[in-house]
Amino acid sequence: MRCSMGGPVRDERAARLSELRTLLGRTTQAWGERSALEAGGRTLPLAAPLRPLLAGGGLRRGGTVAVESSIALVLALLAEASAAGAWCALVGLPEVGLVAAAEAGLAPGRLALVPRPGAELVAVTIALLDGLDLVAVAGGQRLSAGDRQRLSARARHCGSVLLPVGSWPGADVRLGVESGRWAGLGDSGGGAGRLRCRRVRVRASGRGSACHERVSTLLLPGPDGMAAESSWPGERLVPPLAQEAG
Amino acid sequence: MWCPDWPVVAAAAAEGLPADRPIAVVAANRVQACSSLARQHGVRRGLRRREAQARCPELAVLAADPRRDAREFEAVALAVEELAPGVEVVRSGLVVVPAAGLVGYFGGARAAAERLIEQVAERAGAKCQIGIADGLFAAILAARRGLVVEPGATARFLAPLPIDELAREPGVDLTELISLLRRLGLLNLGAFAALPAVDVASRFGADALTAHRLARGLDPRLPARRCLADEPAVTVEFDPPVTRVDAAAFASRALADRLHGLLAGRGLACTRLGIQVRTLGGMELTRVWRCANPLTSAGTMDRVRWQLDAWLTRERASFAASDGISLLTLSGEEVVEAGALQLGLWGGVGEADERAGRSLARVQALLGPDAVCTAVLGGGRNPRERVLLVPWGDERPASGHALVNADADEPEPPWPGCLPAPSPTTVLSAPAPAEVLDVARLPVRVGERYVISGAPTWAAIDGRPAVRVRGWAGPWPVDQRWWDAEAAWRGSRLQIVLDPQDTTGEMALLMVCQEGHWTVVGRYD
Repeated sequence: MRCSMGGPVRDERAARLSELRTLLGRTTQAWGERSALEAGGRTLPLAAPLRPLLAGGGLRRGGTVAVESSIALVLALLAEASAAGAWCALVGLPEVGLVAAAEAGLAPGRLALVPRPGAELVAVTIALLDGLDLVAVAGGQRLSAGDRQRLSARARHCGSVLLPVGSWPGADVRLGVESGRWAGLGDSGGGAGRLRCRRVRVRASGRGSACHERVSTLLLPGPDGMAAESSWPGERLVPPLAQEAG
Repeated sequence: MWCPDWPVVAAAAAEGLPADRPIAVVAANRVQACSSLARQHGVRRGLRRREAQARCPELAVLAADPRRDAREFEAVALAVEELAPGVEVVRSGLVVVPAAGLVGYFGGARAAAERLIEQVAERAGAKCQIGIADGLFAAILAARRGLVVEPGATARFLAPLPIDELAREPGVDLTELISLLRRLGLLNLGAFAALPAVDVASRFGADALTAHRLARGLDPRLPARRCLADEPAVTVEFDPPVTRVDAAAFASRALADRLHGLLAGRGLACTRLGIQVRTLGGMELTRVWRCANPLTSAGTMDRVRWQLDAWLTRERASFAASDGISLLTLSGEEVVEAGALQLGLWGGVGEADERAGRSLARVQALLGPDAVCTAVLGGGRNPRERVLLVPWGDERPASGHALVNADADEPEPPWPGCLPAPSPTTVLSAPAPAEVLDVARLPVRVGERYVISGAPTWAAIDGRPAVRVRGWAGPWPVDQRWWDAEAAWRGSRLQIVLDPQDTTGEMALLMVCQEGHWTVVGRYD
């Protein structure tokens, strides 16, 4: 629109334009925030005993958290998010105990199992990262570095969490279990009692915000199957059996 | 044409129960349909299972299975098709046929109805009732009463009927509306129909407007119904031809999605679904399913699956070993604007569920339908027994697990001798052989009376060197199915904790001793 009126009107129009632009910026930002919240936020909820281990107190969406060989830890990581409504998948774990998974707190209706992906591991994991929120993958040791990077990038792009079981050199966070001690067995050596809980130390190390190692002691599994704080009253650790005489 | 209590008839036919027993078909712990004998004893639809059994102790209770119903109903549909073309199945037990041709051919509505009843009884051995009226809704109500309504007298026929009859329209849930109308004092359809349409629309909403049109005897759908010049249809060819029901069901899932994608792209939803099949032997089979409400993708898939099941099972006798379905076509024969499609609020899939479902379907396309499964937990004594793996897409059976079963009427049955929490996180698919030795390096045995011969001190798993045992608990007797000679299982369980072998710490194992041999059944890792 051509203005033929001169200076003051042009200034007024410029002021109005800038005012409208800031208004637009504000609404776009509000909309962006709302859609991020709708997407479940930037972190997925995590069981309370595990929160001190990860920066942000939860599983960051788009991240890769490698778990070295402990299935109970994988289940504990998935438990809270699954109970809150997220979809999880376990790929390449044909022998995982599903009763233990349910006891840890996962919802069986939202847990997908792909026990034998075979040679299509990468394609299957990519397909799952697209639609599900948490994907735990075993057998990643056989993949090449390029494939691992592809999967991590895909997780970042889709906003889901990739949990490789085993070693995964490019992971953001590596979680390992050490010094587990079981409690609940009778100490007289007569076979009394039963396994009740295991006190472990979980060590988190990694890059970026996780570059400082964090160690936390907790019960995994706790007395009812879920991860619990390590102050279960009345616990007695298993003492070593008496040495054989002679 | 209405076959009363069709789920009961189908179930009785499938299970081979005699007709003189009261039978009820139960879905989600509530009675869905019952035989007339059961009704005489006081069993009604909607009762809880326990209550129904209390009213009629010799009631035979069977689980609901829509596939079985559809399969058995195919015979009835075929019988009707022999007499009248243009058969449309509304649901198993209810079939709609255009009356004009039939009445004209047999010279009179009553004669046509009698001939049809005879035909169905002869060919399929099923009892049925016929109703003739203008419009699907009125025809359904007429069929329940076995009446013939003169054309144009529909409104007069509908007026004195109670307002609950609105709920008879299959697939529509109007209970709230009905209770509201009741409380407002509108007790029959005539009173409801007397309200002006504008007021109904403004006070109640679109659902009620449709119901209002039904109550007045008019076509529920405003003339936005379209018959397209080119029918949206999708076809898939099977090579090699399909003879198994689950393979056909799997293919139908993808096809139903494609059809819905096609319709959604044009902004349409389907109310009449045509399923056509061509077999290798050249036979062509067709069936039209009609639904009052436009079909969702899940609804389409269900109907295709039931229909294919019915055809494959029935034709098995006539299928040669090399015969099978070679071509499957789904067509939307009648479509409406997609705004009329209402996705369920309760129990419906949310967006996250749909996204997850699509990913899992894609993985199934890569690896096969059995490669992706979910777990259903039930009762049992050992961790392996309690888990049932259901392939993705199949119906998950209601589990007996108390946490999942929200119905407090059914407490979880006790399982004495079951493994308490925490359960092993790794359950070995093939138990690993192991040796357990005591202090003197002699094998440890569990005797007949479940007394262990010595304290386990060393354990050698799977041929590896012996590891010192830090602690153990047990042996706990397990004696299952002693009444069944083949399935009987006797053994004892032991939990042992081994010395730490690596930084992870102590390893705990669940072992089982059966007839003197030890095996590792699970690991707690």
